[in-house]
Amino acid sequence: MSETLTIIVVEPDRQRALQIVDALSAAAGHQVHVLGDGAGLARRVADIRPDLVLIDIASPSRDMLEELALASGPTERPVAVFVDKSDSGLTRAAIEAGVSAYVVDGLRPERIRPVLDAAIARFHLFSRMRSELAATKAALEERKVIDRAKGFIMRAKGLSEDQAYALMRKAAMDQGKRLSEVAGAIVTAAELLK
Amino acid sequence: MREVALGYMPLVDAAPLIVAAEFGFAEEEGLHLALVRAASWSMLRDMLDVGQVAAAQMLSVVPVARALGLGGGTEPLETPLILSLNGQVIGLSADLPDIGFGDPVATGAALQRLGRTLRIGVPFPFSMQAELLTYWTERAGAAAVEVRTVPPPRMAEAMQAGEIDGFCVGEPWGSHAVDTAGARLVIPGSAIWSQAPEKVLATRAGWAEAEPELAGRLLRALWRAGRWAGNPANRTTLAEVLSRATYLDLAPDLIDRALSHRLLVTRAGPEVEVPQFQTFHDGLANFPWRSQAAWIGARLAGRFGLDRASAMDRARAVFRSDLFRQHLAPIGVPLPRASDKLEGALGRDETLPAVHGHLILARNRFFDGAIFDPFPAG
Repeated sequence: MSETLTIIVVEPDRQRALQIVDALSAAAGHQVHVLGDGAGLARRVADIRPDLVLIDIASPSRDMLEELALASGPTERPVAVFVDKSDSGLTRAAIEAGVSAYVVDGLRPERIRPVLDAAIARFHLFSRMRSELAATKAALEERKVIDRAKGFIMRAKGLSEDQAYALMRKAAMDQGKRLSEVAGAIVTAAELLK
Repeated sequence: MREVALGYMPLVDAAPLIVAAEFGFAEEEGLHLALVRAASWSMLRDMLDVGQVAAAQMLSVVPVARALGLGGGTEPLETPLILSLNGQVIGLSADLPDIGFGDPVATGAALQRLGRTLRIGVPFPFSMQAELLTYWTERAGAAAVEVRTVPPPRMAEAMQAGEIDGFCVGEPWGSHAVDTAGARLVIPGSAIWSQAPEKVLATRAGWAEAEPELAGRLLRALWRAGRWAGNPANRTTLAEVLSRATYLDLAPDLIDRALSHRLLVTRAGPEVEVPQFQTFHDGLANFPWRSQAAWIGARLAGRFGLDRASAMDRARAVFRSDLFRQHLAPIGVPLPRASDKLEGALGRDETLPAVHGHLILARNRFFDGAIFDPFPAG
C-alpha cells in the first residue's frame, strides 16, 4: 500500500469542495477527487477505487453510497464500510461535525485519523458559518419588523422614534414577550386597520 | 417533561411521529419530542448509532439487514413498534407503453413483453421497496430489473434525465413524479403484499430495557398518534400539518392522495381507489410480528446468498413483540395470542380471539397467493 491515500470528496458546491480539498492537501500529499452528487454516484466512486470517501452527513445522496458496501457481495471484502469498527470516538466526532466517512476495509486507523481530523475541522467551520448566517438573517428580519412597527406608532400617536421604541419595549416587558413578537402583532394589526 | 430526540424522514409515513409531537399525544405522556428531520436513511442510522437520537422512523428492512451483517453502520437495532404498512407505489416513465394499473400479474406480463431490462429506482438498498419490487418481478415473470438507489425527492428528476425507467417509492414521492415528471403509476405496493411492514420505530438494541419508563411512554404516545393518523376524519388536518415547511414542505393535495387512498395514475387521471393502500393503525398494524421479520430475513437471505434458516432466526429476534406487549397491554391494546402468524393467509379481515377479548386482523395476501410460514417443516 502506498503512503498517499486516494480520497473522494462528494460535494456539489464548488466553493465548499475547494475548501475541503485545501484542508486535506495541507495535511499531506493525498490524491483528492471531487465528485458532485447525482446519477451513478456509487459507480463513479467505485471506479476510482478510493481509500476514503468523505460526504456531508446531510447530503441526500448519501444513501446512494450504501450500494458500495454491497457491490462485491457480502462474502467478499466490501468496497467500503462506514468508519466504525476502528474508532467509535472518531466516528462520533465526525458525525457531530456533519461529515460522514466511508473507509476501505482494512485501512489502518492511524492513516485515516489525520485526514479525518482535517475534514472534521473544516466541517465544524462550515456549520458555524451556516448558523451565523441563519442568525444574521433572523436578526435582520426582526429588525425590519421592529422598524415598521415603530413607524406605525409614530404616525398613529405622533411620537418621536425614541418614544415609539420605548413604548413598544415597555409593552413587551409588561407582557413578558419578545420585542419582535410585540412588533409583529402591531404590524399585523396595523395592516388589518389600513 | 422529558425530552426525547426522534429522527424522521420527510414522508407521509412520518405521520405518527409528527402527530405525536403536534397534537399532544407526547405531552399526555409527559414527553417533549424533539423531531430531527434527516436527509437520508444512512444519516438516521448514524444518528441512532451514536445516540444523537433515541429512536427513529426507519425502513422495516434496515434493522433486519443489520442483524444479518448487511450494509453500513455498527450498532444492533431493534423494533418495538410498526409505524405503518405499505404506502409505496411503482411507477414508470411515460416513454414506456401504457400497461394499465393495479394488477401485478397483468402488468408483470406486459413488462416482460417489453423485452428489456428496466432500471428501477428505490430509496435504499435495504427497503421494503426493494423487497416488494424484486418479489414481484421474480414471481410475475416480469422483465429483469436493475435496482438503483435514488433519493426519493430526486426520483422525478432522475426519471426525466433518463437515469431510471421507473421507481418504487413511498408517498408522496410517487405522486410527485406523476405531477412533475409525467410518470405513470403501475401498481401500489399493497397489491404485491397487502400487509407489508413499511416503517418501524427503531432504537439501539437494549435501549427499551435500559429506559423502560421512557420507552413505555414513547410507545404509547406513538400508538395513540397512529390511531389518530389512521382515522379518516382527521385526514384533512393531517395533510395540512404534514405539508408545513418544517415537515414535508409539499402541497397538501399531493399528501392527501396517499391519506385518502385515492391515487392519480397520471397527471391527467384517472383517479383510482386503492384498498389498504397505507395503514397506520387498523388490523393491529402496529404489532411487530416476528413472522414479518422472518419474511424479510428470508428475502435478504435469498438475495444475498445467506443461510435461510439462520437468517430467519436472527431476523425474528429484531421485531420485539415482547416489548410491544409489555408497554401497550396496560392501556388495553388488544394483543394476539401468538407473536407469529402465517403471512399471506387471510383473504379478508377476520376477528380472532385475543389475550383478552377479540381483535381484528386485516386482509393479508401476496399477489401470487403464496403463504409464508415462519416455521417451515424440516
